[in-house]
Amino acid sequence: MKLTLKIWRQKNADAKGKFVTYDFDGASPDMSFLEMLDAMNTKLIKARIDPVAFDHDCREGICGACGMYINGHPHGPGKAITTCHLSMREFKDGDTIYVEPWRAKAFPVVKDLIVDRTAFDKIQIAGGFISTNVGSAPDSHAIPVEKRKADEAFDSAVCIGCGACVAACKNASAMLFVSAKISQLALLPQGRIEATERVQAMVNKMDELGFGNCSNTGACEAECPKEISLVNIARLNREFYFAKIQ
Amino acid sequence: MDKFLGSSVTKKFVMAIAGLFIILFLLVHLGINFLLLIEDPVPFNSAAHFMASNVVVKVFEVVLMAGFLIHMIWGVVLQIQNWVARPKRYKRTSSSQTSFFSKYMIYLGIIIGVFLFIHFMNFYFVKLGWVEGDHENFYRMANDLFQLPLYIVIYLVSFLFLAFHLHHAFQSAFQTLGLNHNKYTPVIKGIGLIYSIVVPLGFSIIPIVIYFFK
Repeated sequence: MKLTLKIWRQKNADAKGKFVTYDFDGASPDMSFLEMLDAMNTKLIKARIDPVAFDHDCREGICGACGMYINGHPHGPGKAITTCHLSMREFKDGDTIYVEPWRAKAFPVVKDLIVDRTAFDKIQIAGGFISTNVGSAPDSHAIPVEKRKADEAFDSAVCIGCGACVAACKNASAMLFVSAKISQLALLPQGRIEATERVQAMVNKMDELGFGNCSNTGACEAECPKEISLVNIARLNREFYFAKIQ
Repeated sequence: MDKFLGSSVTKKFVMAIAGLFIILFLLVHLGINFLLLIEDPVPFNSAAHFMASNVVVKVFEVVLMAGFLIHMIWGVVLQIQNWVARPKRYKRTSSSQTSFFSKYMIYLGIIIGVFLFIHFMNFYFVKLGWVEGDHENFYRMANDLFQLPLYIVIYLVSFLFLAFHLHHAFQSAFQTLGLNHNKYTPVIKGIGLIYSIVVPLGFSIIPIVIYFFK
């Protein structure tokens, strides 16, 4: 496959950055998008050019590291996939592909396509956990959990914190991520104990870090690789109002 | 600013409540406007007089005006924060499956705001005595305005944009209030779609009927 890649290159967080065009004639439709980038980087290294920096780890779609904005979509075209699961079959020979980092004030660019997603960790640290005495694992049936709620909590817990929701949102809002992290605990009895403090602390931290406001556009849900639902955001809102009046 | 206006979720809550109040009021306003189609000016003028003099209505009038102001101010503040949250835009964008009009709410809102100002200059400010006019005969004033083709065009275009605004606003308000349910949300979306078509259409029919048939 012959491709024209227009990739955002930025030396470091303070550098200005610009798009650099690469004509790459070494991609195969059998490659994943990351493998294509690996192949292109090998060529760049051989030519003594600084390779394109991008985040990646598991390459199995579960770590959430490989976030990049490809042809106008977080993780590229295709439903419910991460960049590592994006196949080059999605593109045609001769295509021009734009590759950009996540764009958000709260996610500053570190280098090229790598952004600093510490903001998500800070939101989690603010309250995305339960306080419990450590020790041996309790019996799984010690606290009964309704099956429907357990399923819903699991659906929220599959969020991998990749930041595609922020990248997709026209407001760079983190509400889908935060709402998934709130929901996975709010739906379970173990999480109810600290629910009031949790939702307020996490929303306050989200606001403080400079994410935008949710306008219920739904781009986050449409682009989320784990198909986290907007129902979570409504739940966050409910949790927040009840916390405020308590 | 945030200390006064509250968290992002609180601001959205206020926007939704103010918006839903305006949505309810639009129904009342439309009901009264239909009286313009009757040849007799008395029912419309009586309704306008009732709306201007009744104590209970006056209380609601204050709430409504506060609702308009809050909806506009909070809307602008939220939008500015949203723009600030993404200082660098994407070079290449594509549309995802989203609520289409939600992307243009601020622009639609500004156009509706301009129409609202024209509308206030024609009627509400006349009633308050800030602008000269015959506040005892709004029936004749409305009929006179609906003889001007330019006014009718501005009116119709404004209501088209209102329809777009309402299409997203109705269901979005419920989502913001935390009311999202697998069974009921499709119903809310359906009602929102019907409301966003029927109400602006109802408002739009009146000047057309007056211009061509009265």
